[in-house]
Amino acid sequence: MDSNPIKVMPTPVDLTAEDFRKIGTDEKEAEVIQRESISAWRDAWQRLRSNKLAMTALIILGLITLTAIIAPWLIGKIYGYNYYSNDLLYTNKAPSSTHWFGTDDLGRDMFIRTWMGARISLIVGLAAACIDLLIGVIYGGIMGYFGGRVDEIMNKFSEILYSIPYLLVTILLLVVMEPSLGTIILALTITGWINMSWIVRGEIMQLKNREYVLASRSMGAGHGRLLFRHLLPNAVGPIIVTVTLSVPNAIFAEAFLSFLGLGVQAPVASLGSMISDALTGWLYYPWRMLFPAILISLTMLSFNIFGDGLRDALDPKLKK
Amino acid sequence: MKKSKSLLLLLTLVLAVGTLLAACGSNGGNNGAANNGAANGGNTASDSGNSGEEKLAADQTLRINLSAEPPTFDPAQAQDSQANTVLKLMYEGLTRQDESGQVIPAAAESWDIDGTKYTFHLRKDAKWSNGDPVTANDFLFAWERVLSPNTNPAAPYAYQLYYFKNAQEYNEGKITDFSQVGVKAVDDYTLEVELVAPTPYFLGLTSFYTFYPVHQSVKDDEKWAVDQSKMIVNGAFTLTNWVKGQTIEVTKNENYWDKANIKLSKISMSLVNSSATELASYQNNELDRAGHPNGEIPTDQIPILKDQLKDELEIKGISSTYYYEFNVTAKPFDNVNIRRAFSMAVDRQAIVDNVTLGGQVPAFGFVPPGIKGLNDEYRNEHKDDYFTENLEEAKKLLEQGMQEEGYTKLPEITLIYNSSEAHKKIALAVADMWKKNLGVDVKTENQEWAVFIENRQNLNYQVARAGWSADYNDPMTYMDMWVTGGGNNDTGFSNEEYDKLIQEAKTSDDMAKRDANFARAEEILIKDNQVLMPLYYYTNVSASKPWLKGVVLDFSGAVDYSRAYITDARK
Amino acid sequence: MVRYIANKFFYMLVSLFILISATFFLMKAIPGDPLTSEKQVPPAIKERLYEQMGLDKPVYQQYLKYLGEIAQGNLGISMKQINQDVSNIISQTFSASLKLGVVAIIVALIVGVLLGMLAALYHRKLIDNVAMVLAVLGIAVPSFVVASLLQYVFASKLHWLPTMGFKGPLYYVLPVAALTAQPIAFIARLTRSSMLEVLHADYIKTAKAKGLGWMAILFRHVIRNGIMPVITYMGPMTANIVTGSVVIEQIFGIGGIGKQFVQAISVRDYPLIMGITIFYGVLLMLARFITDILYVVVDPRIKLSKGKEG
Repeated sequence: MDSNPIKVMPTPVDLTAEDFRKIGTDEKEAEVIQRESISAWRDAWQRLRSNKLAMTALIILGLITLTAIIAPWLIGKIYGYNYYSNDLLYTNKAPSSTHWFGTDDLGRDMFIRTWMGARISLIVGLAAACIDLLIGVIYGGIMGYFGGRVDEIMNKFSEILYSIPYLLVTILLLVVMEPSLGTIILALTITGWINMSWIVRGEIMQLKNREYVLASRSMGAGHGRLLFRHLLPNAVGPIIVTVTLSVPNAIFAEAFLSFLGLGVQAPVASLGSMISDALTGWLYYPWRMLFPAILISLTMLSFNIFGDGLRDALDPKLKK
Repeated sequence: MKKSKSLLLLLTLVLAVGTLLAACGSNGGNNGAANNGAANGGNTASDSGNSGEEKLAADQTLRINLSAEPPTFDPAQAQDSQANTVLKLMYEGLTRQDESGQVIPAAAESWDIDGTKYTFHLRKDAKWSNGDPVTANDFLFAWERVLSPNTNPAAPYAYQLYYFKNAQEYNEGKITDFSQVGVKAVDDYTLEVELVAPTPYFLGLTSFYTFYPVHQSVKDDEKWAVDQSKMIVNGAFTLTNWVKGQTIEVTKNENYWDKANIKLSKISMSLVNSSATELASYQNNELDRAGHPNGEIPTDQIPILKDQLKDELEIKGISSTYYYEFNVTAKPFDNVNIRRAFSMAVDRQAIVDNVTLGGQVPAFGFVPPGIKGLNDEYRNEHKDDYFTENLEEAKKLLEQGMQEEGYTKLPEITLIYNSSEAHKKIALAVADMWKKNLGVDVKTENQEWAVFIENRQNLNYQVARAGWSADYNDPMTYMDMWVTGGGNNDTGFSNEEYDKLIQEAKTSDDMAKRDANFARAEEILIKDNQVLMPLYYYTNVSASKPWLKGVVLDFSGAVDYSRAYITDARK
Repeated sequence: MVRYIANKFFYMLVSLFILISATFFLMKAIPGDPLTSEKQVPPAIKERLYEQMGLDKPVYQQYLKYLGEIAQGNLGISMKQINQDVSNIISQTFSASLKLGVVAIIVALIVGVLLGMLAALYHRKLIDNVAMVLAVLGIAVPSFVVASLLQYVFASKLHWLPTMGFKGPLYYVLPVAALTAQPIAFIARLTRSSMLEVLHADYIKTAKAKGLGWMAILFRHVIRNGIMPVITYMGPMTANIVTGSVVIEQIFGIGGIGKQFVQAISVRDYPLIMGITIFYGVLLMLARFITDILYVVVDPRIKLSKGKEG
């Protein structure tokens, strides 16, 4: 079938030698789909595993998470520091053998604080992204799939929600509810999922008129099957890209809240709040900004690369 | 394929490390750049400076930054320090304050004082920017505007004029005839004023913006102060360009009576609300002055600037106090010994040396230095030794207090402060000291500004950050706020003797008695009751280019640029 | 088409009404009011001010009064920036945000789509990798870090560009660069991702099989379909860039509308909060509206009518 002289694109099914095996001459056997033996997910996992870059990113993420859990505790045991105790005679000191990442403006150990910050940022980012994903996909999927009046109303609702000043909602939430991590996550997700829902909606709207959907529908597939079996898996690329972005978005949004004094309550810190604290003096105390900035960038980088890998692995059309 | 992916990873790492290195490297670079700038400035200055005589630069444009846009240019509506800075340039009151804080003639040439009666003789050459003469009626017009219950919106600082006889009654609508208020124009150039009670600081007050005259053309035109073409002023500068949110520009007023002494031709103000950016553009020679009172030098950079900009950085004490206040109606701070223990267990020197870094002075009293006393500054006449820092004593007092209240364990304590980098640092340092010195866990909570104020005013807190700056140069501005039910008394403190002392001081013309009353009142407030926990007296931290001269800072930290000038050290 | 637009317009009005109502009551629910200040104004003056501002009335009456004024197109007068019309404050400060925003959007679109297309066309080649590393870095580094770095390098160190202000073309460079780093990255990734999909779609194969020229395929099919998600993203991005550049504006000292909004909220300047909210709301709805129209223009498969739904 690939008689096209322009050989820029790979064919949808790149056949390799392993894919070929002898089959009997039985007509019925020839109709059996050979790859059915492995489920779609296992298949994806296999493909993901072979993607070195994505796996490296995954490992880095794992390491960051692990360090964020263990390091503050371990260093606390060894050196007797914690993330909140001040040492006013030892402020803004450069990294040394006793303070690996230096100290901050209150003489607190930056190593512990950075990893505590990473812990908070990861919690905020992941929690917010998960909630965004869940609500966004369901909401966006329904909008895009049903279209018409349903879409119109749901879309309007999300538009209105989106245009209500976020800062107002946040301040109100933080005033009404106890200032805590949960409140901040809630504040971040209250409008955070909308973006996801729009992406999903756009994708579904585009996909639902495709021939294979039509075919499935004509074969009597229900809404649920159509949506979750056919449409969403095919929209998985943009969804994954959006998720990998909603983690940093949430982390940055939290930093923005810190910037306005509405973030996590000191002495607890997040990576974002540490960076914004360090911004005014970063020329002189670069370590105060660089370590959290590098960690946040590394985290984002890994999320993105991993997200890419995941997309490649999940997208059936890019199968090798 | 695989190769290119590891290549990608490598590339990523290289980029990341590269960024790191670039940032590290740039650190050293900046020092050089800053030094260069300073050195160039110095050179030019010495080149041209013959026998110490200063030559003016050809371009007399001053560039400063205001961290917030003044909400109004109407003296009757102004309430903040940014407006104060700009209005000082555009208007002139009866008096002015010179560099040493002395009240000197301005729109008034001279005055006679007879008890509660003041007679101001206006100068005849004073003109509005459109050429009209400034008359006594212009002052009356302005004051009537401020006090009139029909002014819309009402002037929030109308109470600054309550010193005039019947002014409060007129403002509150109890009197409807303005002529009954104790202000009168004897003729065009004589203004007679009668006060309710002897007010030793009244002359100084007349340099305050609420007392400025306003041109009568604005009558019945509520929106005049929004339109620069309608702003007729009597000060050294007129507003010539105002791009909302971006810049404000004032230009020398050619009709100003003292224009011979005004050297600046233009003052261009940017409106940037970022201390780091302000400092960066100062170092980049885009601004001639940075820092207080209109902006801020980032705390983190002060120790380094002290070294790098030795000749440019200026630290000056001002009359403002930073303190924590206790809610004396809430547990556990309804017990005076617990309040004392908390106040004693804080190392103020360590805070000013390592946290605030701006040369602030540890405070053990409420009235700050710079406020006039009987003969000298009040603070010099009455030492602030109402309590000392003493850990042993603090622990004992805490124990005693807990016993008195029957606590085996202190209730949960939360310290609230309004969101700001500086307040956060101080709160964390203080809470850490309490933990280390008293073994008490105190939660710190930052609150959004209005929420914070609301909580404080509704006594919905235990211990809260606070600061107070002087409205006028007299201990009264600090002491009368703590009377029972006082509008600014956010502690629930109430003391009969205190109230009586303040009431007496308000009506007495016996200066010695007033002074003694203030001293006793402060003792009641801090020593006897420890309603407040003073932390430090504020300083103004600012940086000025070597070519900028003649900037005047008053006792309260307000700045007057009207007589500033630029030497030819600036290219 | 006319009916479609009329329909949309009606929905916009309804949305606006809900937005106004929700924001109004939300705003009133937050503690504090425009007269909240550390130095208390005497009660008599305070009461008069409340009366003059209409804040002495029950909230529902204030709400009805506000609705009445809005219906006449009157956004009212700021309660903090004395006697200044809300509409004036918005139009004056938005002009800075708009100029910055429009430039940023154009830059983000052009650079982002180009980068994404290149990456997709040279999938898994060097260009792809470099483009994606750039994109990923754009996403990975917080914009305020980018802004500070740029400011330091190009203003403080090299003296090529001004540190702050907004007085001429040169003043755009750094803020636009800082502002677009993330959208460029996002657009590039979206474009790449969806172009890759399109490149593998059957109809492209068909087109190829028909012997259509490479350029024709690219322009008629690939780009047209490939930038669909980018169009979806345009709405939120426009809103984000135009309204959400507060931090960048702060760092570069550009007095935009974002600063006004944050300030208005913090001083509880009710009319200004409402005014900017309505303005943002309308802006956002228009952006969505245009997006929808663009959808139809770009992808003829999406029908305007609401027929043939599942």
